[in-house]
Amino acid sequence: MAVVASLTRRPLEQVSGLLRRRFHRTAPAALQVTVREAINQGMDEELERDEKVFLLGEEVAQYDGAYKVSRGLWKKYGDKRIIDTPISEMGFAGIAVGAAMAGLRPICEFMTFNFSMQAIDQVINSAAKTYYMSAGFQSVPIVFRGPNGASAGVAAQHSQCFAAWYGHCPGLKVVSPWSSEDAKGLIKSAIRDNNPVVVLENELMYGVPFELPPEAQSKDFLIPIGKAKIERQGTHVTIVSHSRPVSHCLEAATVLSKEGIECEVINMRTIRPMDIETIEASVMKTNHLVTVEGGWPQFGVGAEICARIMEGPAFNFLDAPVVRVTGADVPMPYAKVLEDNSVPQVKDIIFAIKKALNM
Amino acid sequence: SGSVRSENLKETWRHLGRAAWAVGSRRCRHCPHSMRKMLAAVSRVLLGVAQKPASRVLVASRNFANDATFEIKKCDLHRLEEGPPVTTVLTREDGLKYYRMMQTVRRMELKADQLYKQKIIRGFCHLCDGQEACCVGLEAGINPTDHLITAYRAHGFTFTRGLSVRAILAELTGRRGGCAKGKGGSMHMYAKNFYGGNGIVGAQVVPLGAGIALACKYNGKDEICLTLYGDGAANQGQIFEAYNMAALWKLPCIFICENNRYGMGTSVERAAASTDYYKRGDFIPGLRVDGMDILCVREATRFAAAYCRAGKGPILMELQTYRYHGHSMSDPGVSYRTREEIQEVRSKSDPIMLLKDRMVNSNLASVEELKEIDVDVRKEIEDAAQFATADPEPPLEELGYHIYCSDPPFEVRGANQWIKFKSIS
Repeated sequence: MAVVASLTRRPLEQVSGLLRRRFHRTAPAALQVTVREAINQGMDEELERDEKVFLLGEEVAQYDGAYKVSRGLWKKYGDKRIIDTPISEMGFAGIAVGAAMAGLRPICEFMTFNFSMQAIDQVINSAAKTYYMSAGFQSVPIVFRGPNGASAGVAAQHSQCFAAWYGHCPGLKVVSPWSSEDAKGLIKSAIRDNNPVVVLENELMYGVPFELPPEAQSKDFLIPIGKAKIERQGTHVTIVSHSRPVSHCLEAATVLSKEGIECEVINMRTIRPMDIETIEASVMKTNHLVTVEGGWPQFGVGAEICARIMEGPAFNFLDAPVVRVTGADVPMPYAKVLEDNSVPQVKDIIFAIKKALNM
Repeated sequence: SGSVRSENLKETWRHLGRAAWAVGSRRCRHCPHSMRKMLAAVSRVLLGVAQKPASRVLVASRNFANDATFEIKKCDLHRLEEGPPVTTVLTREDGLKYYRMMQTVRRMELKADQLYKQKIIRGFCHLCDGQEACCVGLEAGINPTDHLITAYRAHGFTFTRGLSVRAILAELTGRRGGCAKGKGGSMHMYAKNFYGGNGIVGAQVVPLGAGIALACKYNGKDEICLTLYGDGAANQGQIFEAYNMAALWKLPCIFICENNRYGMGTSVERAAASTDYYKRGDFIPGLRVDGMDILCVREATRFAAAYCRAGKGPILMELQTYRYHGHSMSDPGVSYRTREEIQEVRSKSDPIMLLKDRMVNSNLASVEELKEIDVDVRKEIEDAAQFATADPEPPLEELGYHIYCSDPPFEVRGANQWIKFKSIS
């Protein structure tokens, strides 16, 4: 964690270093931080900022987290703030919601969102609906987080994407970070939000490093929930995606750029409330739309985007129907060749873009 | 003698007060509005004087004792060396308070029954008449700063936790004056330190309650959480998950099984391999309590609360009680049990009758005095019902309100893309 250490070094040292006329080392303006580290930092900062925040889940404390996302937190904050739970998703999710109702700010980790199905009643019926049912009397400031979607070789019961399931429900906020900047800014916003927020992380992204710009290194860096980000400007086609597939979209865009096709790549960042305005504005510019997601096609995120585009001003600007790229409509198989072909690959995205452009 | 005169004087005040109220409250066109208000004020004062508890009247009352000691049933114990005391002292003041509260809950539930049959209340309506000793007794054993959560048979608890009958009935009728502005209905009423009112049959409640207890422990203010569920819910898996974590982490949680012998239409024998609900916490100590005797409930609650506050962890209480109505208003309640059984409980174990008999037989109150409370309660319920019937429904513009907390306003989609509702927090 030398990069983190250098981040905290005081400015005076850097100045005195210059005065001593050593080889000039550029102050680390941007930092290489993995998504895992970014989430860790975000939680650490919020735990420090507000003593009502605490983390609970399986293996989050003494094991440092099943995927090491909560590494070091138990050592720093102890048993009261970082709580290892038994294997009882429905029970501990309910406990977390109850604690939130009574005024604390829990972060409830599901080891993967597949296990959240055990607890989904607590997420939807106890957390999401309560503020409405009580006409604004009882709020539930809780964060449910964990890895979502496909991993590698973990087969059907451990690979489901829950963006559409949670995105369906009023009263919930659902975010899906892609980069380290996303991960840090969104987890902090989620923790500070007074509503139940589902944070859909991605296990395959945990180890991926990104440059964290200077503003993202501040302890008050927040990314607003409900706002998408244009990762790459373009003119010929709009590509909308969330989570890991954003990487594939950018790769496809790079390949196509050599052929003279400029793709505008939008990273949704938030599933609910969806930032349809950013997508519409882009489509009104490019006249073509491709959606890319890891989840199944039926009733999915892309389906919702299609419906909303059709209902809105951007419909008249479309020169072709919207094309969806999704996971294959099967439970995730195990064998590598089958698994590889069950998730959107770069070639699938390129193919879809060319179809949308009628090439 | 002096004391007889004081009784007559009190009666006179009462008559004057009632007369003033009667005149003031009638929509009498001979009586101008200002006159009515004055009479109403006068009647309040006079009735207030007449209702002063015996100890505050200058001349000591002829009849009433200040308190009395009663024997209560011994609780069955599980993993406990000793249980709650088998005698308790009831003061006249407390007795009158409990009587009034139980009678209010009883009449409120019966009024809800009436309104439901008139189709002014719709949807689900689960009544708790017969179980009044539970909600009133539990409240008597804890502090207002303690916390309570229960499932859908919640109207009694909503009242004992501090909401008015008006706010409750108006919520049942789905009006804007309801405690949840008509958005929640029978099963979703909330108040300070009262977390509903939860609808999922079974035991969504129990982990929530353990979580509230976790917050109590986290905050370190000696507060506890009462977490209620029924005999039907007692077989839900997540209850055992909650038991495990509550015991593991020593959460200050009283798990309370309100055993009214039937989970909807299924008797306890047909649903549970073990009907010793107070033992089902296994490693959690438990007690089985006579839930028809308010004093028994109160003492057991005091005992359990002290246990939790001492940091010993969770404890389990089974309240043996009975509901006169069926599971809900759609259930006549006689297909799975006999009318004779219901009648037997009514005549032998009715909680209000038990308290009344005790108070009258030990000179804590007179029959007339309690009758007056009945009259007063009826009036309160009648007023509340009128309000609940006359109050308008929530405005359509508010359909989208309260989706998110602390957020700026946004738009919520209606039945089609052109129908939009504004949503504010």
